[in-house]
Formats: sequence, structure tokens, C-alpha cells
Amino acid sequence: IKNPNGYKQQVPNKPEPPPAPPFPHSSSLLNLQLITREVGLELYEDMALGRSFKDMCAQMYDKGKVFGYVHLYNGQEAVSTGFIKLLKQSDSIVSAYRCHVHALSKGVPARALMSELFGKTTGCCRGQGGSMHMFSKEHNLLGGFAFIGEGIPVATGAAFYSKYRRDVLKEKCDDVALAFFGDGTCNNGQFFECLNMAALWKLPIVFVVQNNLWAMNTSQLRATSDPEIWKKGPAFGMPGIHVDGMDVLKVREVAKEAIGRARRGEGPTLVECEAYLLRGHSVLDPDEPPDRGM
Amino acid sequence: MATVQGLATTMTTLPETFFSSPSSRSIQFPAVVAGRRHHVAQSQRRITVVGLRSDGGVSFSNQGAGHRGLHLIPTAVASTAEASASSATAKPGHELLLFEALREGLEEEMDRDPLVCVMGEDVGHYGGSYKVTKGLANKFGDLRVLDTPIAENSFTGMGIGAAMTGLRPIVEGMNMGFLLLAFNQISNNCGMLHYTSGGQFTIPIVIRGPGGVGRQLGAEHSQRLESYFQSVPGLQMVACSTSYNAKGLMKAAIRSENPVILFEHVLLYNLKERIPDEEYICCLEEAEMVRPGEHITILTYSRMRYHVMQAAKTLVNKGYDPEVIDIRSLKPFDLYTIGNSVKKTHRVLIVEECMRTGGIGASLRAAIMENFWDYLDTPIECLSSQDVPTPYAGTLEDWTVVQPPQIVAAVEKLCCM
Repeated sequence: IKNPNGYKQQVPNKPEPPPAPPFPHSSSLLNLQLITREVGLELYEDMALGRSFKDMCAQMYDKGKVFGYVHLYNGQEAVSTGFIKLLKQSDSIVSAYRCHVHALSKGVPARALMSELFGKTTGCCRGQGGSMHMFSKEHNLLGGFAFIGEGIPVATGAAFYSKYRRDVLKEKCDDVALAFFGDGTCNNGQFFECLNMAALWKLPIVFVVQNNLWAMNTSQLRATSDPEIWKKGPAFGMPGIHVDGMDVLKVREVAKEAIGRARRGEGPTLVECEAYLLRGHSVLDPDEPPDRGM
Repeated sequence: MATVQGLATTMTTLPETFFSSPSSRSIQFPAVVAGRRHHVAQSQRRITVVGLRSDGGVSFSNQGAGHRGLHLIPTAVASTAEASASSATAKPGHELLLFEALREGLEEEMDRDPLVCVMGEDVGHYGGSYKVTKGLANKFGDLRVLDTPIAENSFTGMGIGAAMTGLRPIVEGMNMGFLLLAFNQISNNCGMLHYTSGGQFTIPIVIRGPGGVGRQLGAEHSQRLESYFQSVPGLQMVACSTSYNAKGLMKAAIRSENPVILFEHVLLYNLKERIPDEEYICCLEEAEMVRPGEHITILTYSRMRYHVMQAAKTLVNKGYDPEVIDIRSLKPFDLYTIGNSVKKTHRVLIVEECMRTGGIGASLRAAIMENFWDYLDTPIECLSSQDVPTPYAGTLEDWTVVQPPQIVAAVEKLCCM
């Protein structure tokens, strides 16, 4: 694996394609921007790394080397790659317990993550955090949180700092913060409170919902009054977009616009990416859920 | 170390004069015994108990109605600030109410460091419900003194995220009780994130607000959150009680790299005191010696300090010499100051406004017993609020909180053991 300690950020110059119409409800193939071979390989490598890392996590768990909870990300790699590969080192990301692939995309070395899972001092958090608490100051990975929703205010705070630097300290700062969370979190108070605050102060943040239709083992349809999460953005005064979260090119296109909006200071965006989790909520769940037909 | 048998033997070999006699001879024990001095006048029959302590010292104490007669001090005013660390009267300063002192400390720190900012409800344009941030929004702008929506969990989390990335926020809870809604963030992120991140992130946040029992504010606005937060690993807690230490602790908390919770009290905001003109800070981990004494150590904090000092006036009139310490640092305890005091007086009374069950007093009692058991002559007494929701009616509310007569009675009981 080349360059484990970083990732290529700069996309080489390419001809300007025609601008995509802003925020289609779901992007279609016609609107996709072309990518170069290098970018394509970068995205593929990142997604393959995420998938193989997660498969290895599951193997290690079964062998008894990793304990506690391990939450796999198989199936949602496009969301992580599509968004995080557009970020700079100084941008912050926040995730919940399903944070390993986000960490990999952000540039945290796979060795540090696996060491952390094994509980070693060479882990990214010296073995003190574990699977659900991955942090990296160098890569601005602000966590890794065990309770759902509690990372969203932290991401809001990081975005607040970015705005503070711009407006109060008068520095040139266009850092954005990304908060990744699931559909179950979208019924939690902290989600709504942060949507309100982010839109109120036009914070440079993107809220990314990874909707796999299951909040742990409860169907989203049984827990949510209006399951179309992207609609909740406009209720707070920000755009809400729905995208196929299993197609990395579509996700990347939407991400580009959302992150661009945040960088320009136009405020937050809510992006709902529908992406199924192929291996369930965590390693403790069977791969074939017993009664997933509602 | 004397054994029980040794104690018995020693007692039988003591001369008769050490025991009270029916005669009206008055005996004084001016001798320094193991570092203490007792001036005891005996004018009537009383039982003297001679005890041999484990460190070899001999103690004498009277069981009876207490010391009386010879030792009435005509001008019994429990000395407060002069002898203590808050030697504000030594220098010419300026008089400030406690909330103004907090504001002054806050303003000085915001001037000093542009990364210091405030967030909370009503702190900006309104100037704060208790006027602690009055005028600061005009001076520093709306983003530095941020009016938040009523979403404690989220804006506390926002403060934590900002602190992780580089800011030094001060989060104000309009009432400490509202921070119950922020418990998730305070416990998981504020307290533990420094650890779970393997030390990568520090959270230099200050969470402050008024708590405690006010004047008939009702049960939910009269909560004492120090007992709930004390178990959260990674938090530091301090309680201010005077204008001097309010400003000092505010400044120290802002400069600290640790998450600090600063407990203020609703009823203490209008206390006036003269504080120095020049810049100063108070040590976050230090307790304050309010009144040095010899007979008993009274440990207290926040509003109960004033109830204790009021009781101290009565006690001094009665001939007792209490040592009053404002512990200030609720987590960690300043066991150095407290320990030195216990070694001197051998009796401890804790007076707090926290609930009896699981309160600060309970932890302090355990800590003192664990560390200074051999120096104690009596069990540690702890006066706390009753384990009930604070009633609205004023008389009932007064009964749930420790009052000066109870403190006097407790001291008398302990000093006669």
C-alpha cells in the first residue's frame, strides 16, 4: 500500500465539465462528472482497503484477538471514500462507533488502527480507546464515540472553531467538519439541536447520514415517523439531499457540492446516503438476520 | 503504639490528681499535649477522661456541658478574611460584588487570550441571567459571547468540540440543574475524551453556573450537581464562595488545560468584598483557611461557609476555637491542608449543602478516614442537606438545609466526646 501516512489530496488538472444542476434529489448517471484514472484508482484503493480491513477485523474477532464490540462497515465504503477523499488534512471528521473506515480514509495508518483494536500501546489511542474510540489529532479525526449522536455536537464545535478563526481571529480558514452518523441517530435530540445551531450560525459542516434502513436491529420504518431523512434539512433551513450511498461517484459529486458550500461559508448541508450494511450492525449480529422482513 | 492493655496499665499508674475530685479545686491543663493546648477550667465535679492515643500522646477531655466560665471572649467575632489566604484587606483594592468579580476575571482572560469565548443561554445580548457576562458581547462580539438556543447537551458538546480543536470556551449553564441535560457530553466527552483518545486531545473547557438552594426556587432549580459529577473521571471541580476566590478560580479554570466545573451559588452573587487591583489567580486544588483554630476542623464550601462562620461566632462565645476551612476544590480534595488541620485538632465536622447520600461530604469523610484515621479522636460528623426534593415553602426549605444552630450543636457534641 503506497503512502500509508497520507493520501493524495490534489486532483490533477482536468477539463472543466459542464456544471451539474444543484442538488438533484438523487443524482442520475447523466449528471456525473468524469474522473481521471488516478482519481479512480485512489477511490478504488481506499474502498478496497476499507473492505479488506473490515473483513480482517471480523476474522480477528472470531479468532479471539479483538474483543468487545466491532462494528463492520461492509457496504458503506462509498460514503466514506466519496466524502473524505475530498477533504484536506486540516478538515475534521467525526463518526460514531463505526469509525474505522472513516479513519482509514482520513489517512490514519491501518497498522495504528489494528493495533488499537488489539489493545496495544502502539495503537492510535494507546490501547485506551478501543474499537469505538478512534482518535487522531494529526489527521483531525475527532472520534470515535460510543453513544450515537454525541459526536454531532463535537463536529459542530469543530465547525464553530473554523468559523471563529475566520470571523473573530481574522485568519484565512476554510476548514470544514463532517459528521457521519446513521439513520437511528436521526431520531435523537442532539441531531436536531445541531441542525438548528449549524443552520443558525451558518457553520461549515456537512451532516452525512448513512442510512442502512436498520437502527441496530429495528427497522427504520418502525422507529421513524417520516423515514425520508433528507427532508429534515429544509425544516431547519439547510438543503437536504438524498443519494445512492453505494455508488461512490454519485456520493462524491454530492459531497463536492456540499463541502464546497461549507467552504464558501454558505452554511451546512444534510446529505442522506442510503447504503446497506452487508454484515449487520456488529460482529455480534448474525450475517443473516432472522426476520428482516417486516 | 500503645495497645489496649497498655492503655489500661497506664491509666492505673496515673496520679490521682489527674482525675476530678469532689473538691472545688480548679485544675488547669496548660501543658502542650501532642501539639495541642487545652485551657480547661473545672469549677465543679466532672468526669475527666484520659485517653492514650495511638501516637503516644495523651489527651484530656471533659464530658459535660462544655467549657465555660473562664474563657469568655468579650469581643467574640469569628475572624474571617484577615488571617486567611484572601488577604484582600492588606492591599488597597476595589470593592466588587461576586458576580462582578466573576465578570472581571472573565473579561481579563478574554482580553488576554483571543481564543477564550463564552457560550450559553442569554449570555450575549442579555448579559447573563445573573449578569456575569454583562457588557461582554458589546465588547467582544456576538461570536465570542455566544447566545445559544436552549439545547444544553448540544451546546456543551459544541463547546467540547471547539475545545478539542483549539478554542478555550466557557460554557454557562443558566442554572446548574440544567446541566443534567448535558450529562452525556460532560461525562463521556468532557471527562473521558482525553483518556479515550490516548491523551491526544485536551479539553480546556470551563463549565460554570449557579447551583445550590436559593430562596424558594423549587425542587428542580435547587439542585446540587457536585455530587452527581464527582464520580466522572477526568473532571476537576471547584466551588467559589467569595468575590476574591470567585475571580481567582475563574481565571485559573480558564487557564487550566483540564475540564473544570466551577460551581457558583445563586445566593452568593451579591456578596461584596474588597479585592486586589493587581492580577491574581487562586490555585484550583487548594483549600482556603478561613479561620485558624485549635479545637475542631470544620470543612465546608460555597454557601455553607457563611452558615459556619455565623455558627462560629456563637461557638467562640461559648469558648470553642473552631478551625474553618473552605475546601474550594471539590475534586480533587486538598488533603494536604485538610490533613494538617486534622492532625492539629483531631476532630472533623463537615458542613455541606449537598445531599446526604453520595454527596461531597460522604466522599470527603471517606478520604479523611482513609488517610488520617490515626489522628482522629471522634467520628467524623457530616451535616448535609436532607435527602428530599427541596420544598417550595420557605420554612420547609430551611429545614432541608443545614442551619447555624445545628452546626453549633454538632461542634459541641464532638468537642465533648
